[in-house]
Amino acid sequence: MAISAVSATTLREAPPPRRQRLLEDERWLAFVLLVPTIVLLGMFIAYPFIRGILLSVTNSRVGIPGDFVGLANFYKIFNDGIFRTSVYNTFVYTGVTTVFKLALGLWLAMLLNRNFRGKAFTRAFILLPFIIPTVLSTFAWKWMFDPTFSVLNWLLYHFGLITGRINWLGDPDLAMISIIIVNIWRGVPFFAISLLAGLQTISPELNEAAAIDGAKPWQRFWHITWPLLLPVTMVVVLFSVIQTFADFQIVYVMTGGGPANATHLFATYAYQIAIGTGLLSEGAAIALAMFPVLFLVVIIQLLYIRRVEVR
Amino acid sequence: MIEGAIWRKWVFFYVPMALFLLFLLFPFYWMVITSVRPDGELYRPWNSINYNPFWTWKPTWDHVRYLFEETLFASWLWNTTFIALASTAISLVCGVFAGYALSRLNFPFAGSLGTGIFITYLVPQTLLFIPLAEMIRNYRLGDTPWALILTYPTFLIPFCTWLMMGYFKAVPKELEECARIDGASRWQAMLYIVIPVAIPGILSAGIFAFTLSWNEFIYALVFLSSPEQKTVPVGVTSELIRGDVFYWGPLMAGALLGSIPVAIAYSFFVEHYVAGLTGSVKG
Repeated sequence: MAISAVSATTLREAPPPRRQRLLEDERWLAFVLLVPTIVLLGMFIAYPFIRGILLSVTNSRVGIPGDFVGLANFYKIFNDGIFRTSVYNTFVYTGVTTVFKLALGLWLAMLLNRNFRGKAFTRAFILLPFIIPTVLSTFAWKWMFDPTFSVLNWLLYHFGLITGRINWLGDPDLAMISIIIVNIWRGVPFFAISLLAGLQTISPELNEAAAIDGAKPWQRFWHITWPLLLPVTMVVVLFSVIQTFADFQIVYVMTGGGPANATHLFATYAYQIAIGTGLLSEGAAIALAMFPVLFLVVIIQLLYIRRVEVR
Repeated sequence: MIEGAIWRKWVFFYVPMALFLLFLLFPFYWMVITSVRPDGELYRPWNSINYNPFWTWKPTWDHVRYLFEETLFASWLWNTTFIALASTAISLVCGVFAGYALSRLNFPFAGSLGTGIFITYLVPQTLLFIPLAEMIRNYRLGDTPWALILTYPTFLIPFCTWLMMGYFKAVPKELEECARIDGASRWQAMLYIVIPVAIPGILSAGIFAFTLSWNEFIYALVFLSSPEQKTVPVGVTSELIRGDVFYWGPLMAGALLGSIPVAIAYSFFVEHYVAGLTGSVKG
């Protein structure tokens, strides 16, 4: 039946025989199927990447093409104190949040891997920070950290932990801590749900067998769960490192890079220079300065995936 | 489950779980309560007496009304929906085709093309937004939905392709061969036999792509400038803050209403969403 329906459509809209013959050839079919993807990715990823490199060696501004200046933009940013702070911030931000996201995410995944009432419900709710638009939920955090109306200050005050107000976003260190908290909040669900998917592929019999042999819970985790979970963990961590390293939204909303440019990351500083002040080429140079690190992480990830596949 | 005394269950399970839920969900509660609370209650210093920040006895719709009457929130919702649906559709078509080609056809450079697409999956938007902004302006696409409809697929297609490759690999080769023996062309076998089997994968990719494009921020921030063209995240950010003044009530109401479409899409397809999320990581 299905086939007769198929041939009916063929009769109705029979393509010219030549085109049909071409599509019968695997290589031509593959080519036709891949063209839209290659065109779009080429136009909006590969080409802008080259444009970005070309832009970063000129002195172009908004509306002015500019001339070739060699590596002047890179010299300039490496001698720029704010850029150095952003580099430092980006590494701290990525490092600290990744450790916390992994630890808390793994913990939450192990809690979710048990059987309890309302499990599906809990799991669905836990993903909310990840699916809700980051900018919008970050505004909720900004409001919670508000210097005058902060609910967090209210809580700490009523628990007797503080006596005066804490100006969360007004102090450079506290602002950095606030941003890190929001990033952890947003990332933990992603880690937890991905690691949970990994945990569910581990046969419970392994753990039971080890328990019968007298292994303590900590030993079971360290010698069974952790090694078996490592491939998923690696991929999740590397993926998250890339996203965090290139993060923009949380800092843009929470502090806009302030106070006094103390909390900029690569991306927010590039935005401020390129869009805020119109120095397109210098901004492109700042954004491109992320590239070596991202490249390294991608290479590690590719090598790791290949190694796992070979095994 | 945890063995032993009941207190162990509390210490190792219920208490940590409750703390996690509190940490992860409290900001949403705060969003909801702020968006229905009158201004007089909102702007009371945190240390004023007899102040209960967690509840209000005088809920109000003022902030929501402000949003729809005084701002272009309705247009932002429509823009975001249109852009998200259009870019999701483009990405699904491209991703399904590319995923099929890469997982089921033999052709030269298949491996390196697959790796290439995987690498573009890892390219963050912030790396390319400056040259892209220049290109968009040169092509006169700036301040139109097309600037986003054409650029969002750059981060959606790689992920759709990657996810679909996994689904297509699981479809047995025999199914396709049977159809081919019965006289279907390659194209027909793909369209009528293989793709229908992979519908759950397409749904997962679609839901995930829709939420990703709904959430996208930096391209929308840079490529759109006039208030009536903006998407929800950008509109809320730029139009509800005047200088240093934050309109917290409407801001939170906007954040809440702007989250509802993704939350609904998500709640209907939780399983598909999770499959998309974990599939996109594991590949």
